[in-house]
Order: sequence, then structure tokens, then C-alpha cells
Amino acid sequence: MTEFEVPVLSVKNLNKQYGPGCPHCKEGESETLVKNYCQVCGTVYACRDVSFDVFPGEVLGIVGESGSGKSTLMQCLYFDQEVTAGAAFVRSYENGEKNLFQESSQQQRYIRNHIMGKVYQNPLLGLRMNFSSIGNIAEKLIAAGSNHVGMMESRGTELLNKVNIPVHRRKEAPKYFSGGMQQRVQIAKALSNNPPVLLLDEVTTGLDLSVQASVLDLIKSLQRELNISIVLVSHDLGVIRMLADRTLVMLEGKVIEEGLTDQILEDPQHPYTQQLVHSLL
Amino acid sequence: METLLEIKDLSKSFDLHNLGKHIRAVSHVDIQLNEGEFIGITGKSGSGKSTILKCIYGAYRIQQGSIWYHSKKFGRINLAEASERQMLYLRKHEIGYVSQFLNVMPRTTARQLVQQAILEMGESKSFAEKETEKILTHFELDQELWDSYPTTFSGGEKLRLNIARAMVKKPRLLLLDEPTASLDHDSKIKVKLLIEQLMNEGTTMLGIFHDLEFMNHLVNREYNMQNGVFS
Ligand SMILES: Nc1ncnc2c1ncn2[C@@H]1O[C@H](COP(=O)(O)OP(=O)(O)OP(=O)(O)O)[C@@H](O)[C@H]1O
Ligand SMILES: Nc1ncnc2c1ncn2[C@@H]1O[C@H](COP(=O)(O)OP(=O)(O)OP(=O)(O)O)[C@@H](O)[C@H]1O
Ligand SMILES: [Mg+2]
Ligand SMILES: [Mg+2]
Ligand SMILES: [Zn+2]
Repeated sequence: MTEFEVPVLSVKNLNKQYGPGCPHCKEGESETLVKNYCQVCGTVYACRDVSFDVFPGEVLGIVGESGSGKSTLMQCLYFDQEVTAGAAFVRSYENGEKNLFQESSQQQRYIRNHIMGKVYQNPLLGLRMNFSSIGNIAEKLIAAGSNHVGMMESRGTELLNKVNIPVHRRKEAPKYFSGGMQQRVQIAKALSNNPPVLLLDEVTTGLDLSVQASVLDLIKSLQRELNISIVLVSHDLGVIRMLADRTLVMLEGKVIEEGLTDQILEDPQHPYTQQLVHSLL
Repeated sequence: METLLEIKDLSKSFDLHNLGKHIRAVSHVDIQLNEGEFIGITGKSGSGKSTILKCIYGAYRIQQGSIWYHSKKFGRINLAEASERQMLYLRKHEIGYVSQFLNVMPRTTARQLVQQAILEMGESKSFAEKETEKILTHFELDQELWDSYPTTFSGGEKLRLNIARAMVKKPRLLLLDEPTASLDHDSKIKVKLLIEQLMNEGTTMLGIFHDLEFMNHLVNREYNMQNGVFS
């Protein structure tokens, strides 16, 4: 069926393996694999033929158990990892006609700086813990071409304000912040270049319930106000229920089911999804 | 009269793999709903009533049969084959649903909930504010509650809010799953008044009622379900 809208991000048959592969596990489909792991050569097939579209202004949820390849997928989309095979297209880059994975590393850096924002599962990967909070944001603004100090200062303050970091703490380094505050600084940083696509990897994992709630509320309101498209990875179905319009379920590197979020929660088809949903109830 | 919704040979079952169970909820159901009509469905608990509404709304996947809907945006469209994005569009703009069991967003006030329903249709903020106050007033939701979180509301207050949120959009098609079940007499009258008003404004409705007599002179036709089929 042809869609009535154009996706902002389109991922086609993304594959990522860690390890060289061997005759036993060729293509990651062989019987000898244990889940997605080859016992002979130790290769992990972390993402297998993952395809999906993200549309304007929507939140696409990705759920799946630990090790199902969610973070790997996000890392590939942000060029933190090199894909083994596959393609991704972003509408606001070259009219959506160029496979991002085949662009030069310089172009990929441009895309990272101008078109995407990412919040890492682990704040240590997303922030410079010793820089000031506003410095972290400025770093991303500079990467995106800003050079006016006053503008960066005011944009940074505005963003920190948006994510509820008190203005007087903007010069403090994230290492002195709580986990929830660190995630909020990461979100502010990710938003700084007005990215059409925001990648969120387990933004609330490991936070206290009340802190989780404030981060979720923040994402919800940002999404409404700014109408950004968000890919939201979480193993927590409660988070997915609250934020995602549509949801993909991953298992052992593959997308095993997708649908409207209420379909996934109320009418799951795959045995694994049913187990996941029923364990929540 | 134009046909707005035509359900043909709809069947729905659930395979619960981990329990080794196969549940047949609805079998070979046909319904035709003309523009402006209000059709009531009655039937015993477990007979498949909610399942039909959920299939129309896309909360359940349609595996067998077709549901033809006449959309303003997409023309004649089979909801069984509509894309997820089309379904989301229809939910925002054309098809409303009041669920049997309430789910309210945590930490979103009553006022915000209703406003968002209007805003997502692309209306202006000031229009959303005005309409929200109008409908909350109609349902006599205590003004003190407007800016509190519905998670703390009584069952009846939640229900009235849920109905207000669906009705404020003046959808083309409104699906109602026991909208009056736990309401007192006065609140039921309020719902009925609004149903009548929406009918006059052209909304087509399909509703499940255990006390259909209450809607009596509003309902054009009535179906009774038994074990997944119309009797
Ligand atoms: N850098 C790496 N080198 C080798 N193997 C890796 C690497 N990163 C991830 N893997 C493996 O790839 C698989 C997928 O890991 P990934 O981190 O993507 O899972 P995940 O779905 O994000 O899990 P979680 O919910 O625990 O965060 C795992 O088996 C993991 O051990
Ligand atoms: N999501 C589901 N998963 C599994 N079985 C389901 C699901 N939804 C409904 N069923 C089953 O389908 C049958 C019909 O259920 P449905 O909710 O449509 O009944 P109903 O007529 O609305 O009943 P009530 O008047 O009690 O609300 C029941 O046997 C029910 O257990
Ligand atoms: Mg992960
Ligand atoms: Mg029911
Ligand atoms: Zn191998």
C-alpha cells in the first residue's frame, strides 16, 4: 500500500554482526546459531534485516528483551557502529535519495550534527562529564556550525530551562548531577540543533520512578510542542504504552512483530510478544 | 442515504500460544451503518460486542472479513487493509472511541486531555480552550477538577471526561462501548443529550448498551449478539 505521507526516516534491511562469521553461521540463518550467537566463531548477529519507517511527528517505540539488538540498531543509525549491510534514508538529507550508510564519514558527521539527536542509554557516552552542562550543549551547537557565543549561551539556557535544569546550575558539570538530571541534559543537548529525528535509547532506565515520570513527561511535551519524530527504545512496556504511537518488537536481532501500540498491547500475535505483554499484567 | 460503514463477514479469534488456547470471539458478522444513523448493540457478557468495536478502531487486528469505511480523507477504505498511519490519522480526525474501561494518561490534567484531542486535529489553541470549557461545563465536571489529574477522579467523573474527550472532536463515526454503564441518572441524561446533539450535527454512531431502552427513541436499529454472532 502506498502511504499518504513521506517518512522522515526509512531503514531498510539493516544488518549488524559483531564478528567475522564462519562457514557454520553464514548469513546468520544457520541452524547452528544459539539465538543469534554462533558457538563456533563467536559472532553475534545483533540486527538482522531490520526495516521500518518513521513518519513526521510520530513516536515509534521499539521493545525487546536485553540483547535483542535495540542499542545496536540505534548506534548504527547514529553512525556509532558501522552496519554490516542495509540502508537508511532521511528525507531532509539529499531528498531522501542517498543511503546514509554509504556516505563519507564527513557527510555522516554532518548528518549527526544537523539531522539527528541521540540520547544514550548510558549518559557517560552522551555527555562530557567534566564539561559544564551548557558547555555540553555548546559543543553540539558548534559542531552544527554556530560560533556566536552569546547566541549559544542563550540557546543553551533556553534548552536547559525547557528540560527543567535550573538556570543557576547551567555551569555545573553533569558529573555532579543525578541520573535524571544527566538524562535531561542529554535531551537538551540532543535537541539543540532542532533535529527532525531524535533517537532515545532507554532514557528512563535506572532512574527512580518519580524521576522517570518527569523525564517521560518532558519527552511527551517536547514531542507535542516541537513535533519531532522520535525513535524510542525501551524494554519497559509502560513507557511504550505512554509514548509510542506505533511499536516494533525485537527478538534476537529481528523485528518479530509491529503494529499500533494498542494492537501490540491488546492483541499481540507472536508468542514472545504475548509472553512479554502478559508478564506485564 | 450513503453507507458510512459496512462490515462484511468479520471473524476474530485469539490464539494464546503460551496457554495453548484458541478463543473465537466473533464469527461472520455483517453490519451496515448509514450516514447519520445510530445503531445499538446488546448482548450477554463475552458475546463479542467490544471485539467488534475494537476491530473497527484498529485496536484488534482484523484477520478475516472486511470493514469498509467511507473516509473524508481516503475515500472508501477497507480498514482491514489500512496502514497504521492511516488508522492513526482516522483516529485523530474521523473516528472516535469511548472505551468500556477507562484509560487516562498519567499526569495529564482533565483540561489538557480534552484540549489535546482538539489540538491534534489541527485546531487553534484558542479554539481548543473555548471548546474544552464548553464541554466540561456541559458534563458538569466540577471546575475544581479541570486542572487536576483524572487518575484521582471517581469512576463516573472519569467516564464523563472520557466521553467529553471523544465527543468534543465531533467525529464522523463514534464508537461507544457502554458509555453510560456506571453513570447516575443525571449523567446519563447528559450523555444522551450530547448524543442527540451529535446526531443532529451528522455524527454516525455505533454503541454498545446494556440498558438500550434508555437510548430508545434515538436508536435507529438494534443488533443482539450471542456467542459471536447476531441472533
Ligand atoms: N560492541 C560490541 N561488541 C560485540 N558484541 C556486542 C557489542 N555491542 C553489543 N553486542 C552484542 O550484540 C547483542 C545486542 O546488544 P544490544 O546492546 O544491541 O542489545 P539491547 O537490545 O540494547 O539490550 P539491553 O536491553 O540490555 O540494552 C548482544 O548479544 C550484545 O552482547
Ligand atoms: N484481547 C483479548 N485476548 C484474548 N481474548 C479476548 C480478548 N478480547 C476479547 N477476548 C475474548 O473474546 C470474547 C468476547 O469478548 P468481548 O470483550 O468482545 O465481549 P463483550 O460482549 O464485550 O463482553 P462484556 O459485555 O462483558 O464487555 C470473550 O471470550 C473474551 O474472553
Ligand atoms: Mg540497550
Ligand atoms: Mg465489552
Ligand atoms: Zn560462526
